[in-house]
Amino acid sequence: MLTLRGAQQVFRTARGDVPAVAGVDLDVRPGQVLCLVGESGCGKTTTARMAAALSSPTAGEVLFRGRDVATMDRGERAAFRRSVQYIHQDPYASLNPVRTVFSTVSAGLRRHKLVKDRHEARRVTIELLERVELTPAEDYLDKYPHQMSGGQRQRVAVARALAMEPEVIIADESTSMLDVSIRVSLLNTLGRLRDDLGVSFLFITHDLAVAKYFAWRGEIAVMYLGKVVEHGPTPQVVNDPRHPYTQALISAVCEPDPDLARTKERVRLRSSDIPDLTDLPPGCDFHPRCPLYAEGSCDTERPPLVRSHDRLLACHVVTRG
Amino acid sequence: MSPVNDLPTTPDDPGPLLSVRGVDVGYRTGRRTQVTAVHDVSFDLHPGQSMALVGESGCGKTTLGLGLLRLLPRSGVVPKGEILFRRKDGTRVDVRTLEKEKLRRFRWNEAAMVFQGAMNAFNPVLRIEEHFLDTFRAHERAGRRRPRKEILERSAELLEMVRLDPARVLGSYPHELSGGMRQRSLIALALALRPQLIILDEPTTALDILTQRSIVERLAELREELRFSMVFITHDLGLAAELADRVGTMYAGRLIETGTTRDIFYRSRHPYTSALINAVPPVVGDLHVPESLPGGPPSLNALPPGCSFAPRCAHALDVCTTTRPTLDVLQHRGAGLSHTAACLRSTDAELHAEGSPVIDRTVNPAHAEPRPDDTAPRAASTVGHAGAPASTGPAPGSVLDAASAAEAVEADERRAQPPC
Amino acid sequence: MAVTTAPASAGVWGTIWQGLTRSTSGFIGLCLVLSVLLFSFVGPLLIDHHNPTDVSRIWGPMSSEHWLGTNHEGKDTLTQLILGGREPILVGLMAAVITVAIAVALGAVAGYVRGRVDHFLLQLTDITMTIPFIVLMLVIASFYRTSSPLVVSLIIGLVTWPYLMRSIRAQVLTLKEREFIEAARLQDLGTARILCVEVLPNMAGYIFINFIIAITNAIYAVVGMYLLGLLPSTAENWGLMIQQAWDNNAFLLPQAAPFLVAPMVMIMLFQIGLVTMTRSLEQALNPRLRDR
Repeated sequence: MLTLRGAQQVFRTARGDVPAVAGVDLDVRPGQVLCLVGESGCGKTTTARMAAALSSPTAGEVLFRGRDVATMDRGERAAFRRSVQYIHQDPYASLNPVRTVFSTVSAGLRRHKLVKDRHEARRVTIELLERVELTPAEDYLDKYPHQMSGGQRQRVAVARALAMEPEVIIADESTSMLDVSIRVSLLNTLGRLRDDLGVSFLFITHDLAVAKYFAWRGEIAVMYLGKVVEHGPTPQVVNDPRHPYTQALISAVCEPDPDLARTKERVRLRSSDIPDLTDLPPGCDFHPRCPLYAEGSCDTERPPLVRSHDRLLACHVVTRG
Repeated sequence: MSPVNDLPTTPDDPGPLLSVRGVDVGYRTGRRTQVTAVHDVSFDLHPGQSMALVGESGCGKTTLGLGLLRLLPRSGVVPKGEILFRRKDGTRVDVRTLEKEKLRRFRWNEAAMVFQGAMNAFNPVLRIEEHFLDTFRAHERAGRRRPRKEILERSAELLEMVRLDPARVLGSYPHELSGGMRQRSLIALALALRPQLIILDEPTTALDILTQRSIVERLAELREELRFSMVFITHDLGLAAELADRVGTMYAGRLIETGTTRDIFYRSRHPYTSALINAVPPVVGDLHVPESLPGGPPSLNALPPGCSFAPRCAHALDVCTTTRPTLDVLQHRGAGLSHTAACLRSTDAELHAEGSPVIDRTVNPAHAEPRPDDTAPRAASTVGHAGAPASTGPAPGSVLDAASAAEAVEADERRAQPPC
Repeated sequence: MAVTTAPASAGVWGTIWQGLTRSTSGFIGLCLVLSVLLFSFVGPLLIDHHNPTDVSRIWGPMSSEHWLGTNHEGKDTLTQLILGGREPILVGLMAAVITVAIAVALGAVAGYVRGRVDHFLLQLTDITMTIPFIVLMLVIASFYRTSSPLVVSLIIGLVTWPYLMRSIRAQVLTLKEREFIEAARLQDLGTARILCVEVLPNMAGYIFINFIIAITNAIYAVVGMYLLGLLPSTAENWGLMIQQAWDNNAFLLPQAAPFLVAPMVMIMLFQIGLVTMTRSLEQALNPRLRDR
């Protein structure tokens, strides 16, 4: 449905070109979840912004229903805009502080003539708020963002996206600023949208636990320094990570279980420094930190992302067997 | 200020390092009005202990942490209680009533704070070395000015302790360092005068997982090495499980459950603590459906009568809305490690039968039966977990029976709640 | 004054009201401004406008009949003072409206649209800023003897907008990067709508503060022009009073002091009121100051 083909984003800075995303192939399938995980600076947000056409790739293409977004005409682009919605990370910044919930959620409805009059706008807004479980919806209509908690604000942002009847929702760290207790209920709400409305998700997070929970029946793509290093069905990737970077990530998570925390085996990295994007090491980007580093191709040749059993992997050592 | 000596001090058991008694912390909101953010908190922290304060945002964790060292913003006050601290020379002081100059000398020498948001804690126009110089100079004894070179050597040692390269870090400005490096520099700065207590406010929030991991490990090692006590404030229960010996749960400004880490994670007796723990999806193992905890903490201006958690509590009885539960001791232990909970149903057998609902974490998923509808989640083998949980914690033996009970609970859960 | 917990729902106007009433200085400022306004706009309704020339009482002293004495023509100073506030204040207000309107419109467009439009508008501000105001007024006054307050305010407004326009543009540039603006763009809401409904209301407080600053500047400008005799006026007017006092060497005569000082005091009170108001407003509307 939404496809990235060799998408690349290079930022030109005074210190040289920064390849934030260096050629990524991703597919968001109808009604499915694709989760992008990685640390900050790995290019996952840049990828999401390209997918939402908030920035255009410097090379490669973004396809929506098989059409290249860059070559779309006005009408097609408007349809794309509506079908692909984006939910920001920070619910405190993504809602206009001087506008009420009703005004925020209904702006798109009224602009695109999805409702006839104010009365209908109010009715539809109430339905949307109920969908994101802000009930009783009437109480929220006239509230301002600062009168609501972070979780409630994020639900308003979701309702605003839903107003456009999207087919794909791109959620950029949408739950990371919320308290644990609220995070789960928002994830459940998003899960219901996926199951009941068949909305596809491109879900970006640094939290593997969240990724695992939300994308259990979908796929996970792990990014490192602008490239996908492991991509496969969630249960396989999370429970049996193959790429040393994925293994390091998963073993580094703090588990809410004191016994497990004490006994869990940790992957030891050779270095904790992340290479500078302007000065990437030769060969595999991960080799200076990689515990599996072996003499030979690791520091000379960049490993391609190739199919290995049930997933795609970019590692010389693991794919060699 | 006068040294207070209300607890016997013997050479063997020097008594608690920090003894907090009935402390309230509030903020002035107007000339005569104030809102109380922390109510009647009491606990003892013994030397070498690491205590986590957990809870949702707005529960008063940070306010309490700041209040303990009187680092509150100008509008903050500590109107009630005692914060008794045993100094290095063995005398006790009440931090709450310490006068300004003595308080200044107390901080950093005896107890240091690592603030949340490492960027804002540094002055952006000063190099890291200048921060170290300032800290040492501000706290050295009058008349004895240490040469710059000596201080820088000591700073370099401190930075090496947190695994940073002093040559690179000392000459840098804060913005030139990554978040993890800044956080580590802050910890080094907090350790500068060898304090007995460090209070850390959300030490790993906003850091990447791998950076988090290295800081967590370094903190644990440093605590072994330097034997300081720690109070850390976090909403990340994983961090608490990993770094703390004991946990205090806060809700609506009160301490509602305290105990050892194992008490809290395996035998929680307060529904709020259980709910918090159950809300965290674990990474290891099969899909575990976390429970959501709807609503948010009550406004400090309008606390409900009775138990402040009652409106959100799934197990609340009528009596909960009228009677405020006291923090009852459930299992008595020395050194401030007693398991206490403020819940009217904390001893209710019905609620806590067959092990509390949180213990299913102890099940090793590798040993659990595969789900019938399982596509193919293979047991993690490369990383993750090493066999059954070893009994390294303070209360061995309770894990195995808990595990079997939990297996049943988890199986039930799966039948009732298919993964979405 | 009693501090009550303000309703959280207060919008921009609520915040403005709070900012003015919560701090003592803001409240004093507001009172000053309101009393000068009452004095100049309600006062004229209450007094007899007939203020005849009376050669028998030139520079008359303060008395129960003439509270502030009389002027060089024997006219009652207080009557003149009451009648003379309207014009400078109105001119100040109108000039401020014009300045702010131009600055906001052009600043918003330049900041939001960027590109060639932005470039052109910035050039325009550069050119306008180089025009020496007083010289321009001298030229205009010598060719075109205007006495219409509207024309005066139009001239002041047309010359002073670039400074505000630049700061509005800068504000729009930062607001534009905010996520809620991006969210509005993602909803395809249209540029005009985003500007008017999403961007500008967020600057309402800032614009309001600058509006008040523009009033103070315009009043100084207009009083200065009267003082220099650039603007002839038939009506009573504080600026004109000062000019007449100057022309008639009032500063040498002790008994003429009320006539010279009274309009100056009125202008000062009004300006001090506006400035203190602005300061507390800034505290209320600027979140970074508010938190301290």
